[in-house]
Amino acid sequence: MSTNIEVAAQAATIAADGQWPLWEVFTQSEQAAPHEHAGSLHAVDAEQAIQNARDVYARRGGVISLWVVPAGAITASSASDAGPLFDPGADKAYRHPQFYKAPRGVRVF
Amino acid sequence: MVPLPTAPVNALFEYLQRLGDDRLILGHRMSEWCGHGPILEEDIATANVALDLIGQATMLLRLAGEVEGKGRDEDALAYWREAVEFRNCLLVEQPNGDFGHTVVRQFLFDVHAVLLLDGLTRSTHDGLAGIAAKSLKEAKYHVRHSGDWMLKLGDGTDESHRRVQRSLDDLWRFTPELFVTDAIDREMISAGIAPDPAVLQEQWQTIVRDVIERATLQHPGEAAPPASARGARQGAHSEHLGHLLAEMQIVARSHPGATW
Repeated sequence: MSTNIEVAAQAATIAADGQWPLWEVFTQSEQAAPHEHAGSLHAVDAEQAIQNARDVYARRGGVISLWVVPAGAITASSASDAGPLFDPGADKAYRHPQFYKAPRGVRVF
Repeated sequence: MVPLPTAPVNALFEYLQRLGDDRLILGHRMSEWCGHGPILEEDIATANVALDLIGQATMLLRLAGEVEGKGRDEDALAYWREAVEFRNCLLVEQPNGDFGHTVVRQFLFDVHAVLLLDGLTRSTHDGLAGIAAKSLKEAKYHVRHSGDWMLKLGDGTDESHRRVQRSLDDLWRFTPELFVTDAIDREMISAGIAPDPAVLQEQWQTIVRDVIERATLQHPGEAAPPASARGARQGAHSEHLGHLLAEMQIVARSHPGATW
């Protein structure tokens, strides 16, 4: 029988501020749905991060899968980049399918 | 001293109280961590375990009350029995101590719980088998959590290793009681209601020994079986249970019949 005492031994690294490493948690609510960011937590390794994510973000149900990612592994865009990165997309209506008229004979949903 | 009943009137009622009381008392102990966990995430984790155990106790004591047939429900059994009427083992009523002490107590109990509940899913008693199936999923998570902490603390710093070793040595003497087989157990086994504790004990020892070794801890060796046939399962508890019950029962007893 399986008692699930298998534990991945990983070296714990404690951050300079004395806090345990930060992890970002992503939860999936149903098959084929995307994993969505649920929040963050502290844990010393991946196994503990999964356990803590289960207890903090999945204890009220509605979750079928968890991802935990070391927060340091995520590269984020910076606020100062927002102009060049995102503003050009705001006025290009032709990039939306709604911009185009459906040809006659094509059923519009 | 309360005289030992010579023949149990209702062995199943007794047995269900043992199962339910183990979880009620340990659940209360774990609830004492609420707001005091070492970190926020662990505070939530211990509260989750506490709620799981109290939920299991609710189902088991409700069934016990039905089996007894005297109109007592789970609340009547939890809040209106005296210490000598409780049937939990000594391990679960021991005080929390430091976090490592709580982890060791939980781990020793969790391994037993998984093995026992797994056996009870095949019980000839349908109601009990159903409760066991639901509880087994929770217990498997509990042992994953407490087992992980055993490794982390045992194979952690010098201080965590020293503390967990001391707790293991201290709590070890309460473990043989988990496997004591008396007349009530024998009746449960022969009726196919419960698994044989002797079989569970072998599996328990293998799993616990493995984790102790991987946690780089020293195995405490063979623990002496309980000296007296009249133990906690017969109502002979340590001094700690009375204090625990005083806190657990005070609200229900101060406001009988209150709802909230």
